Amino acid sequence: MAGLTLASPSVERRTYSPWRETWRRYRRHRLAVVSAFLLLALIAAVVFGPFVWRVSINDIDFTSRLEGPSLAHPFGTDDLGQDILARMIYGGRISLAVGLAAMAVAVLVGTLIGALAGMSRGALGHALMWLTDLFLSLPQLPLLLLLIYLFRDGLKAVFGPEGGIFILIVLVIGGLRWMPVARLVRAQFLSLREKEFVEAARALGASPLRQVVRHILPNAVGPVIIAGTIDVAAAIIAESTLSFLGLGFPPDTPTWGRLLFDAKDYLDIAAHWAMFPGGAIFIAVVAINFIGDGLRDALDARRVI
Amino acid sequence: MAPLLEIKGLKTHFATDDGMVQAVDGVDITLQKGETLCVVGESGCGKTVTAMSILKLIAMPPGRIVAGQIMFEGRDLVPLTSRELDDVRAKDIGFIFQEPMTSLNPVLTVGEQIAESLRRHEGLSHKHALARTVEMLKLVQIPNAAARVHDYPHQFSGGMRQRVMIAMALACKPKLVIADEPTTALDVTIQAQILDLLQDMKDRFGMAVMLITHAMGVVAETAQRVVVMYAGKVVEEADVESLFDSPRHPYTQGLIRSIPRIDLDAAHKTRLEAIGGSVPILINPAPGCRFAPRCRFAFGRCAEQEPVLREVAPGHRMACHLGDTQGGTP
Amino acid sequence: MRQYILRRLLIAVPSLLGISLVLFTVLALAPGDPFAELVTNPNVPPEVAAALRTKFGLDDPVYVRYLRWLAAMAQGDWGFSFVSRMNVDTLILQRLPTTLYVIGSAQILALLIAIPVGVFAATRPYSIFDQIANTLAFIGFSLPTFFTGLLFILVFSITLDWLPFVYTTDIKATGFRWVIEQVRQAIMPVMVLGLFQAASMTRFVRSAMLDVIRLDYVTTARAKGLGQARVIVKHAMRNAMIPVVTLVALQMPAVFGGAIVTEQIFRIPGIGSLLISSILSNDTPVVMAVTFVFACLVVLFNLIADVLYGWLDPRISFR
Repeated sequence: MAGLTLASPSVERRTYSPWRETWRRYRRHRLAVVSAFLLLALIAAVVFGPFVWRVSINDIDFTSRLEGPSLAHPFGTDDLGQDILARMIYGGRISLAVGLAAMAVAVLVGTLIGALAGMSRGALGHALMWLTDLFLSLPQLPLLLLLIYLFRDGLKAVFGPEGGIFILIVLVIGGLRWMPVARLVRAQFLSLREKEFVEAARALGASPLRQVVRHILPNAVGPVIIAGTIDVAAAIIAESTLSFLGLGFPPDTPTWGRLLFDAKDYLDIAAHWAMFPGGAIFIAVVAINFIGDGLRDALDARRVI
Repeated sequence: MAPLLEIKGLKTHFATDDGMVQAVDGVDITLQKGETLCVVGESGCGKTVTAMSILKLIAMPPGRIVAGQIMFEGRDLVPLTSRELDDVRAKDIGFIFQEPMTSLNPVLTVGEQIAESLRRHEGLSHKHALARTVEMLKLVQIPNAAARVHDYPHQFSGGMRQRVMIAMALACKPKLVIADEPTTALDVTIQAQILDLLQDMKDRFGMAVMLITHAMGVVAETAQRVVVMYAGKVVEEADVESLFDSPRHPYTQGLIRSIPRIDLDAAHKTRLEAIGGSVPILINPAPGCRFAPRCRFAFGRCAEQEPVLREVAPGHRMACHLGDTQGGTP
Repeated sequence: MRQYILRRLLIAVPSLLGISLVLFTVLALAPGDPFAELVTNPNVPPEVAAALRTKFGLDDPVYVRYLRWLAAMAQGDWGFSFVSRMNVDTLILQRLPTTLYVIGSAQILALLIAIPVGVFAATRPYSIFDQIANTLAFIGFSLPTFFTGLLFILVFSITLDWLPFVYTTDIKATGFRWVIEQVRQAIMPVMVLGLFQAASMTRFVRSAMLDVIRLDYVTTARAKGLGQARVIVKHAMRNAMIPVVTLVALQMPAVFGGAIVTEQIFRIPGIGSLLISSILSNDTPVVMAVTFVFACLVVLFNLIADVLYGWLDPRISFR
């Protein structure tokens, strides 16, 4: 039935540089383009927000408790009369930072393990893949909770309450999400190891490390970027979930999930308190996921779980 | 006598990101009852798309039948909906596909796959359909048919699977069987067996066969009449003897010369000839003859005017400006 | 087939051992003494704490401790919860049915939504329906369960006052009313969890169907004149379900995560909320045991997926 697929008409396309070609294809995904601007706006808001909205996050004002949105408090106030917009700007910095840092950990660990597994043909490769599969079948959230439960106090003592939790959460979330990247990198290694240009590099006497860095890893960049994008969203959700369960950041660190945790008992009288941070998490996550989808179209990567 | 199948001016196009691919662009094919017709050409010449268009088995979208008629027993199939065509499929026209490895559903037993069309078209009960299926499997010489009817496709070899495909296509005793490269994916020794079986079945059931192939050897062995296609068009049509004896179109001549000959002794052996270049891209094709860029006889008119099919001898038609008295010759 | 299931069961053993190893490593690496809390816990008599220390042999070499812990877990000796004042295994067995009931119903709801929507979208790729379904699915799995939970409570409990937002085990009603109440209080948690699952499942089903629909044997089936519905359901769907089963099994860890959050929001007395409350009250034996139970559930669902896989694909079980 080869005729059905038009026997691959080798159509001559106009050729662009790889990056322009990527952008050209990315642009076709309209929601992804909108999402990219949305995310940029969100990042700009939390980075530059404090310079524009100069309300302190800790100003307690019992005369204006649980107020809905107004000019003085665009996102309303919480049960202590604190300004929710100011708290969200501050918390957003942490939520987004956790997402990016955890992604970096996941990509780093995943690339390392995937590269090791892809290079070694012996027992090490098998052992690493077994480990990857094992980690894939671990129940993430319970384990996350367990780790935080066990290590919380130790790290708090060393790095202070906020810093300790930040490091712990980033390491644990990153450490539980490296498996897709490892699989992708390993798959790239296996398929590229025997390709001519790598063989040629080997024949020319390139060291294994050089082969990896110069010839194999660049080819894995596309799929890894996509997996990394999704990881940012997943890490943001994971952090928010922990904070929402009251087991993430301490109460005086108003990450979006923490705000929701504090707000959930006041849903009937102050719904805005939950809606704004919840909406922010949703917008950040949906935007990042759409960007990932657009990148998948643009980089034309194979879908790997 | 009215022909069994008459394709007139068929155009099937595919929408792609880069434009309309005119995969089939004005094809006329006529097939008489009980006749064996070979459609031959390189891959990408539109022969499979033509065959698939008959029962609307092309993916739609992106494919679309843009123009033409497909008269089967005097009825035009083109305007029929897929639902209306379902009564023709398998019942009147059976289909054998190229890839026996991928054309059978891996999760259903071969028996079920044959029996379901019997149940659909002949309203047989489960039991009767199964009995007929075993009968068909015996007919296509599958050993131990009564037991193997419950096996899954992966338990059969490629040749055996193609036999199953033939049994499936013939189960409802269709008047026409379309076989799309039925032997291409098989070992050489198996190929001959499958062609023999097809011939055998044709003698038994008396159906017409439309055999699509790129192998001139297969054509010589099986065909009564031959249609040569190139780049979505019919370039020559003749009965098998006159086509091999006096091929008129430069493309046909090239095809025939590219068959290895063992009947010539070593002294007369020449280098095997290949046709240079490859099938053109069928998006906005240039005017004129589509074979012209690869044709060693091409002259001025070939690039400007598209040749039409014309009769050069009784029953022998071709589309080439060469020897056309109406226009200028080189 | 029986042999195949047996082999799968045997393969599950190393994964269980691996998971137990990971859990134990985490516990052993934890700074400080996890049982130190017990000494300061007024609910625990000092001699019990000391007995526990000897029982867990905290001063033995690590591998001895691991083997002893493993042996104890295997024998069903999961320790004692000082907060709830009962054996951990009894406690978990009390809570587990509720969790399984919620997760199970949510899975069924997800399947009932995802299969028809995904299949229908795949038969009409890029149609309006497909685009709407796709966008909704995207939004669905980008909405964290804790936020959907709160939204549902806000809409259905507070604004509309249709459904209760607290789950109770002792409903004060009998007979038919009891059943109604039971269903009513489960609607929101099951919806939250089920819709979240349905969103990602729909995408799996759609892409698997799109892959299968253009395969040769589907064309063969169409050439038999079976009719669109029959071709899709009988020939395409069953094949498409094979990769979907794997993907859904891979999703299970995330589903349990969602279940923990959902139980916490709606105060469902399952093992998820048990985990949270025991973390908050430093009840280490329960935390360890619940985490292990979740891990076992993941392995169990993988096993079920494997069996389904073998049933769907004859090529596997014959091998």
